[in-house]
Amino acid sequence: MTPTPLERETARDRALARLIEAVPYNRFLGVVADRLGDELTTRMPFADALVGNPILPALHGGAIGAFLEMTALMQLAWDRALIEMEAGADRAQAIEEGRFPPMPKTIDITIDYLRSGRPRESFARANVQKEGRRVVHIHVEAWQEERARPIAMLRGNFLMRD
Amino acid sequence: MGGDNSSNTPEDGNGRLAEIMRGSAEVDVEGSLLSGLPHSREIGMRLHMAHQGIGLLSVPYDARLIGDPETGVMHGGVITSLLDTACGIAVMAVPETLVATATLDLRIDYMRPARKALRVWARAECYRLTRAIAFARAVAYHEDPDDPIASAAGAFVLTRPDGEATL
Repeated sequence: MTPTPLERETARDRALARLIEAVPYNRFLGVVADRLGDELTTRMPFADALVGNPILPALHGGAIGAFLEMTALMQLAWDRALIEMEAGADRAQAIEEGRFPPMPKTIDITIDYLRSGRPRESFARANVQKEGRRVVHIHVEAWQEERARPIAMLRGNFLMRD
Repeated sequence: MGGDNSSNTPEDGNGRLAEIMRGSAEVDVEGSLLSGLPHSREIGMRLHMAHQGIGLLSVPYDARLIGDPETGVMHGGVITSLLDTACGIAVMAVPETLVATATLDLRIDYMRPARKALRVWARAECYRLTRAIAFARAVAYHEDPDDPIASAAGAFVLTRPDGEATL
């Protein structure tokens, strides 16, 4: 039986929530994701545990870096999951049961810190720049209240696993 | 400015971090001296040594920090945090008087996954200091720095006690 468009969207929302929750470190940083078509916007609500400098106060550079890397990994894992869901039958069923393709591996990343991270919610979005057979090059931008004023950017290469 | 991670270090919970960095106090190897950095404290990060532009830190294996549920391997983001903090500490540990440092950029190469259930160490070195910018590099490893999990290199913006804005 062909799923209705609504059923399909609901299944995707469920799969995305499972994908994110499956990674303990995502939960630890409190990262969640919103879905618009195939594009994810990750969100990291402010928490005291993310502070690196209590005096300013400012978010920890490491927490921002982790958030960017997490966003890249989630987008790449989600792209793979979508392909599986579209393939239907057993492959879609595997995603439904929480069995996702292997997580991509980080090869290298460069993080540029542009502005201090204030104690408020952060957002990030990833853009795949080149998808090779095994290696994907991706850019990620994180911002807070203004999309046009990013707080940090990541460029990275990730290894896709079969 | 930047990813503040080890700035204004005199506010360490034990009040000793700044002294240790200047080489005027001994590091308590078993003590958690990063209590002034909430995020570092939350992931259980420890400072073992900070002296003459060198920093030695570690983070324990913790189920909350897993990145790949299949393998139980620590998330790369934790290694990023560790290397970033280690470089910042190394910069603050140069014999010059600095008030604060913020990460300008950081490149990390992942050579192999961290192994499950093992503490990850990071040794960082501030190898060049200019008026405004410090350059630091670091390796993350389990037992042998020559068999690294990841390596990092970065530039750090400095704030000096005269309050001169550097960027």
